[in-house]
Amino acid sequence: MTIDQKQGNLQEALVAAATHSLVGNSKNETLIDFSLPSPKNENYRFLPISRQLEKNFTSEQLISTAPSSNHPTITSWLGHEAIVVSFQNGRLTQISNQPPKEEMLIVSLQEALEKHPEKVDPILGKLALPDPFTTINDAAAREGLFIWVSPGKVIQHPIHIIHSQEAIATGSSHTRLVVSLDPQSEITLLEEFQSTGSSPFFQTQVTEMECQSESKLNYVRIQNDSGRAYQVANTVIRQHDKSIVNACTITMDGEVIRNNFSIMVDGEFCESNFNGLYLLNKKTIADNHTIVDHQKPNSQSNELYKGIMNDQSRGIFNGKIFVRPHAQKTNAFQSNRNILLTDTATINTKPQLEIWADDVKCSHGCTSGQLDEEALFYLQSRGISKKAAQGMLLYAFASEVIKGVSHAGIQTHLDQLIQERLSHTL
Amino acid sequence: MLNIRNLQAKIGEKQILNGIDLNVKAGEVHAIMGPNGSGKSTLASVLSGREEYEVTAGEIDFLGRNLLDWSPEERAREGIFLAFQYPVEIPGVSTINFMKTALNQIREHRGQAPLDAVAFLGLMKEKMKLVEIDQSLLSRSLNEGFSGGEKKRNEIFQMAMLEPKLAILDETDSGLDIDALRIVANGVNKLRNKNNATIVVTHYQRLLEYIVPDFVHVLYKGKIVKSGTKELALELEAKGYDWIKSETAVV
Repeated sequence: MTIDQKQGNLQEALVAAATHSLVGNSKNETLIDFSLPSPKNENYRFLPISRQLEKNFTSEQLISTAPSSNHPTITSWLGHEAIVVSFQNGRLTQISNQPPKEEMLIVSLQEALEKHPEKVDPILGKLALPDPFTTINDAAAREGLFIWVSPGKVIQHPIHIIHSQEAIATGSSHTRLVVSLDPQSEITLLEEFQSTGSSPFFQTQVTEMECQSESKLNYVRIQNDSGRAYQVANTVIRQHDKSIVNACTITMDGEVIRNNFSIMVDGEFCESNFNGLYLLNKKTIADNHTIVDHQKPNSQSNELYKGIMNDQSRGIFNGKIFVRPHAQKTNAFQSNRNILLTDTATINTKPQLEIWADDVKCSHGCTSGQLDEEALFYLQSRGISKKAAQGMLLYAFASEVIKGVSHAGIQTHLDQLIQERLSHTL
Repeated sequence: MLNIRNLQAKIGEKQILNGIDLNVKAGEVHAIMGPNGSGKSTLASVLSGREEYEVTAGEIDFLGRNLLDWSPEERAREGIFLAFQYPVEIPGVSTINFMKTALNQIREHRGQAPLDAVAFLGLMKEKMKLVEIDQSLLSRSLNEGFSGGEKKRNEIFQMAMLEPKLAILDETDSGLDIDALRIVANGVNKLRNKNNATIVVTHYQRLLEYIVPDFVHVLYKGKIVKSGTKELALELEAKGYDWIKSETAVV
């Protein structure tokens, strides 16, 4: 079958799937000329994801939720107080420790659409940005989660969403997450992706989060798929006046991981801190495309993405900062730093700043290279073995990214993940 | 303790050391002086095992064994310490953590058990006094944002912690004001004893007023062209290096 035929099949399958869409049929027009992104698409220039999807999946497998054998109860390493949500092969199977409904709603998206459409409709499908994988998710997603926090409510216990893939057969999962934080509310949300099995699977998740004024969102995502994951995670956060977002994305394993992470700063005096760390080995490809769009004045964004590439792995970073004409007094900082441990590992990095306002402070920087020889020698000259010295330098480099994670238990866990990965790296 | 014979070394294609002979015994302080580019820092680098330098001829014997066989960390574990001319800034690694790792790797090499947190802290407090360094500085990222004086004091603090047999101070006086110089020199003097030795590499005589050498050697064009006692340093200060240069030219 030719690529064109495959794309044609995929388009037909999507049109058929869209009739049962959670997001509604409103976006059917995007399906008319649908195709997976070609290398000519600037946003996917360095990422061979379409080729790999076409090679490893039929159109049917790209859309249909993969079967799974059992649905065990999941516990969180965060302890028994955490609110635990489990998705298994894309099916919502568990929500435990739900707080009282007047404080917070945490329900399936279907239930939310039925009972609370006034809360869901303004967000679902409204925040996500145009992207071929969002189009697929719009049509194919059958399950999702909705979280709403009532005004002024600070949810003390973290919410742990665990996506488990049991890849016993080639297939896919498409899930949707909608978060609505009312004014002055706060949550800590941890999403973890993990998998077992040796069959390739394709996973998309579209996340839309609305942060009303003076709300605070702490968000951590761990992508630690040991299996053959092809994952695209599209996240859009919209911030209103004086809201704060602290986000951190850790990417380690999988075949191809693409994160489109976007923050729309639609309020004044907002703070957006978003970090990322990719610790890659083997042939993993991790691509982080980020956008922070300053649409209103007086806000601040800080972005720090770091990567360590081993073996034949590949990192891709693209960071866009937009400062719209009205967004005076914006402070926007971006930094992307990379260490390549082998000659066969690669990194493509591209900062992109588009600034239309004149009274702003913006900076960006990116570096790629090996470990600093001078620093290594300094540590060795004090009696530390070369291997231990490399470990110290890599750990110091990587752990900076998680410094801003405020929940102690999550930070400790991330720290352990980093140490464990580095101990296998050297 | 240290016996250098006909040491020749190059970096890239550039020959820098052209046959150095030097003998350092326990309890001694040797000063290596010389004009810029004479090879002083190269000698310090070769002794500490910096890989960019290639030893093309000669031998270095340290306590009866061939120093050139050892990696930089093995040299440190055997008791060689280099105080850097330009201490490296390492973000994310605190001096405390770094010293704990270093000290325990050295102890492991010597067949000693690692120090526990309490013993380490006790040792650290004792050595901090020696160089008048504050604990808050040691909790920060190694040398990051330190002033010139703080960096050099941190070097001597590390030296105090590791108690080397042979300390090499590479231009430790550069970038120091007079107060910092006094503190650093005091630290070095307090660490001197009959079982260890010090090599002070310096351009100026100033440091030698505080750390009084037993021997002074003048390095020029990669060779020791003159050796003497501390009076030689004073003579150099008075006459400048041109005197050595012309004398060498005549020879």
